[in-house]
Amino acid sequence: MDLALAQGNIELKQFFRTRESLVFTLLFPIMLMVIFGSIFKNIELGDGVTLSQYFVTGMIASGYLATGFQNLAITIPIERDRGVLKRYRATPMPKWIYFAGKAVSVVALAVVATILLLIVAVLFYNIKLPTTAEKWGTFAWVSILGLISFALLGVAMSSAARTGRSAPAVVTPIALVLQFTSGVFFEYSALPAWMQQFAAIFPLKWVTQGLRSVFLPDSFASQEVAGSWELGKTAIILGAWCIGGLILCLLTFRWTTKRDG
Amino acid sequence: MTELAISVEGLQKSYGSNEAVAGVDLAVNQGEVFALLGPNGAGKTTTVEILEGFRKRDKGNISVLGEDPAHAHAAWRQRIGIVLQGTGEFDELTVGEVVRHFARFYRNAADPTEVIERVGLTEKSKSRTHTLSGGQKRRLDVALGIVNQPELLFLDEPTTGFDPAARREFWDVINDLAHKGTTILLTTHYLEEAEVLADRVGVINRGKLIEVATPSELGGRNFATATVSWRDGREETDQPTMVVQRLAAQYNGEVPELTVKRPTLEDIYLRMIGER
Repeated sequence: MDLALAQGNIELKQFFRTRESLVFTLLFPIMLMVIFGSIFKNIELGDGVTLSQYFVTGMIASGYLATGFQNLAITIPIERDRGVLKRYRATPMPKWIYFAGKAVSVVALAVVATILLLIVAVLFYNIKLPTTAEKWGTFAWVSILGLISFALLGVAMSSAARTGRSAPAVVTPIALVLQFTSGVFFEYSALPAWMQQFAAIFPLKWVTQGLRSVFLPDSFASQEVAGSWELGKTAIILGAWCIGGLILCLLTFRWTTKRDG
Repeated sequence: MTELAISVEGLQKSYGSNEAVAGVDLAVNQGEVFALLGPNGAGKTTTVEILEGFRKRDKGNISVLGEDPAHAHAAWRQRIGIVLQGTGEFDELTVGEVVRHFARFYRNAADPTEVIERVGLTEKSKSRTHTLSGGQKRRLDVALGIVNQPELLFLDEPTTGFDPAARREFWDVINDLAHKGTTILLTTHYLEEAEVLADRVGVINRGKLIEVATPSELGGRNFATATVSWRDGREETDQPTMVVQRLAAQYNGEVPELTVKRPTLEDIYLRMIGER
């Protein structure tokens, strides 16, 4: 357990000392929030909800996507390429310690990102923190299940990139497409049906919807496609992604590059 | 009769139709420094990575510290140190942080401060590793390879890309380890390196081990004839002093353009791998 924390600590140190990762993973979502939040401020969606409030909840979900999926799917191939994984395999370190270290760092980053985004959201975009224990509970489980499924998919995705250098080019478009179709930049219920159906396969749509149930007034639920927040369905789909993601990871994870044979 | 640190019989490994290792037999004694010498692509790294438990073999019997590396487990890894090819993995961490972190993985880890001292990086202990020179990065790799006080250390082309001064400093570190009784398997394509560090040298070419000998005996070097040449002729002889005396008498003093040349290790090596 100490070893897992030490590994997490090493991961976080490397993260916070790398300016690119700091900017892209933590500051970029805040920049987006400020830019689009300001543009969308006067667009009313009904029930007193503005598009900027809608967008802000989507950005919190995107924060999970960035710290879980994008972060891991980009850094693991780089580490694999540079022989970091091989270096660890040369030691008696139990394999799970490596993933535990990643998990510690992903959770820490997600917490930091969410707090920063919430501060901006509350101060500038008229988002109110939940007042009931039930809403906080929903916030917690949607966040946890969402983050786990994103992180597992990030690890699974890490084996798809052929080299560390190609990873961002593979991962960034996937994240953008999901954000456009899952109710981050645009109102989900206003999207074409085929696009909705596509996005509903993936976890991001369900995380954004779950977070809307936490931060937007209950009356807004009627504006959702199903006319409700669909929390039960959200839990099932995110849970399924957690299990599916884990299986994908176990099947695909590689410690060495293909060149290494 | 001491137990062997490494024993290999009939090792084979192919990648598609390319036979990277074509039947290698190898025995490395405990406490010995053994150098695998060969040109790029000869099969050195494949052989070593099989011994390190990173690659699967097609055929052959292998025992490394009494175990089959194909079933490498944590207890075995505790006793082995590996310095891989390539370097520069933890850019944003300091030398001290990296060594201390890796020390945590081992039961019998050495004191990280001492390890850093041994590889001569004490002054760089608080520097981020991306600020190190190539030679210093390689010494950090060695620090990670020896932090568990291994019985057996693998060094895969440890000084490729070094300038001569850095190479000499690096050799001192390795010689120091060897004197303390660590068994070392080294791969290199630098002859001089094999000559300075190794007790025995195995020359590997096209996946085959073509000779194993001490550096001074490699390729029959100790029996090789010397070439005496002068302005008016040349002579192959195993008694060059006699020839020179005869010539001196003949020319009545100074022999014009006299040279006496024995084959260098390099001459012998290049002949062995068919480059000359």
